[in-house]
Amino acid sequence: MIVVDAIGDACPIPVVKARKAIKEMAGAGKVCVLVDNDIAAQNLKKMAAQLGYGASSRQEGSGRYEVLLTIGNAPSADPEMDEAAFSCDCEAPHDAVKKGKLVVITSDCMGEGDPALGRQLLKGFIFAIAQLDELPEAMLFYNAGARMTCAGSAALEDLLLMAGRGVEILTCGTCLNHYGLTEKLSVGGVTNMYVIAEKMLGAGSVIKP
Amino acid sequence: MADSQEIEFCKGGGCTAKLGAGVLERVLSRLPKAAVDENLLVGYDSSDDAAVYRITDDAAFVQTLDFFPPMVQDPYTFGQIAAANALSDIYAMGGVVKTALNIVCFPEAMELDILGRIMQGGADKVVEAGGVLAGGHSIADSDVKYGLSVTGIVDPKRILRNNSGQQGDVLLLTKPLGVGIICCADRVGMASEEAMKAAVESMTTLNKYAAEIVARYNVGDASPIHACTDITGFGLLGHLHELLDGRLSAVIRQADIPVLPDALAYADEFLLTAAAQRNRNFVGQGVCFENAPFAMEELLFDPQTSGGLLLSVAPEVAEELLADMHYAGIDASIIGSLTAKGDDGYEVYVR
Repeated sequence: MIVVDAIGDACPIPVVKARKAIKEMAGAGKVCVLVDNDIAAQNLKKMAAQLGYGASSRQEGSGRYEVLLTIGNAPSADPEMDEAAFSCDCEAPHDAVKKGKLVVITSDCMGEGDPALGRQLLKGFIFAIAQLDELPEAMLFYNAGARMTCAGSAALEDLLLMAGRGVEILTCGTCLNHYGLTEKLSVGGVTNMYVIAEKMLGAGSVIKP
Repeated sequence: MADSQEIEFCKGGGCTAKLGAGVLERVLSRLPKAAVDENLLVGYDSSDDAAVYRITDDAAFVQTLDFFPPMVQDPYTFGQIAAANALSDIYAMGGVVKTALNIVCFPEAMELDILGRIMQGGADKVVEAGGVLAGGHSIADSDVKYGLSVTGIVDPKRILRNNSGQQGDVLLLTKPLGVGIICCADRVGMASEEAMKAAVESMTTLNKYAAEIVARYNVGDASPIHACTDITGFGLLGHLHELLDGRLSAVIRQADIPVLPDALAYADEFLLTAAAQRNRNFVGQGVCFENAPFAMEELLFDPQTSGGLLLSVAPEVAEELLADMHYAGIDASIIGSLTAKGDDGYEVYVR
């Protein structure tokens, strides 16, 4: 079981932390979230009810609440389970990857203007994609976008997370070579222009930030 | 850490920082009642937006006070929002703004320039409201908080109460909903620039312009403007509960609820405030959601900072009032109507 410490965190942070832990678990299991107020516990249970997770909570002394979230088919072991939150329990999480959706990252910046801002935005964009319920089928990185999949990239953690959940991550080999990054590739595989062209023409939708 | 350009976020800024209505009612009900003063036309007994005290037959003070921690990082914008929110209570009572006093809590260690920009934002809104900034009070505190105490005047015959709606009235809302959800998403870096821009624009917009149009209709012995309140921390459903006064029911048409960009998407991502859950706990029992998606439920409980006016008006004038508002560039909507109180335990039906 994963324990998420959200003591001292204001809403919506306990929910955001819990969902991150659930995503990292990538399958059935239990996540125990510690919060310091009943309203935060209620918001966690509200989220669980909507997503079909089991949820039970109990107060552990003053200012400490434990919310046990049960994801997938694992039965809840908690005797004090909240009936209402179990209304649509026991549904395995569906496949996270959306077929036919392709994200292309062509630069280490998002949008035109201040490059420092652009780098920040791109990092935020990749983080946001990693939080989505439906992930793209593949992400292609070329030209300066190749920097994103290499050591030192601010988005590496999110990309590794997505790779772990089945997103195909491919970086242009010519580009890695051009920027002297061939040895530094840290997530996904290397690809070439034939594959890039094939993937882009074959995709249902190509998303370029 | 905050740099010299930005203020640090507090745990839950804006009207999400309000104490829950349930808690508040318990405390207020235990306070000793002062001797009755017949000139106190609106006090806290009616949980209205501001207090109104009659000084002559045709003039009364409207007094209000509102302050809260930041919900945006830009100090000037925060000042504007806090001031627009405080000034709104005067408009919700049908009054005009006269004087305002600053209320400031500010950490001693923080850049004084930040305070200057907060107060500049506030002062600009007071000027826009046609009022005079007349002083204030500041104390050193661990977190930033800012707001105004505002005094306005109103003709006692033109006071707009928040609980005097009539059966058959049409409900008109003058700003879209969703600022609480969007600011909540922004706190965890998940709000889009477009959504945040729209939320800030909405929060910094004075209810003055809507109130001036309402005032044109609030005339005659049988004014068609029956009730008015502004939507703040208790959300649309919390403030509607006060408006219904235990006497009436309301039907809200979800398709007609105006929504800020992306707010529903963030609600579906559970980027929800504690205040929205407190609002649900307080009034949710009385709300019957008929086929409303989860995100719509959350939107209706969403605490608004510097939200719009909610008006309960005679159906004969509703369309004309709406058209006048649209002509003035106000994003107003007719969202439902008031009906006789049913006996099924619900007071609001969301259809």
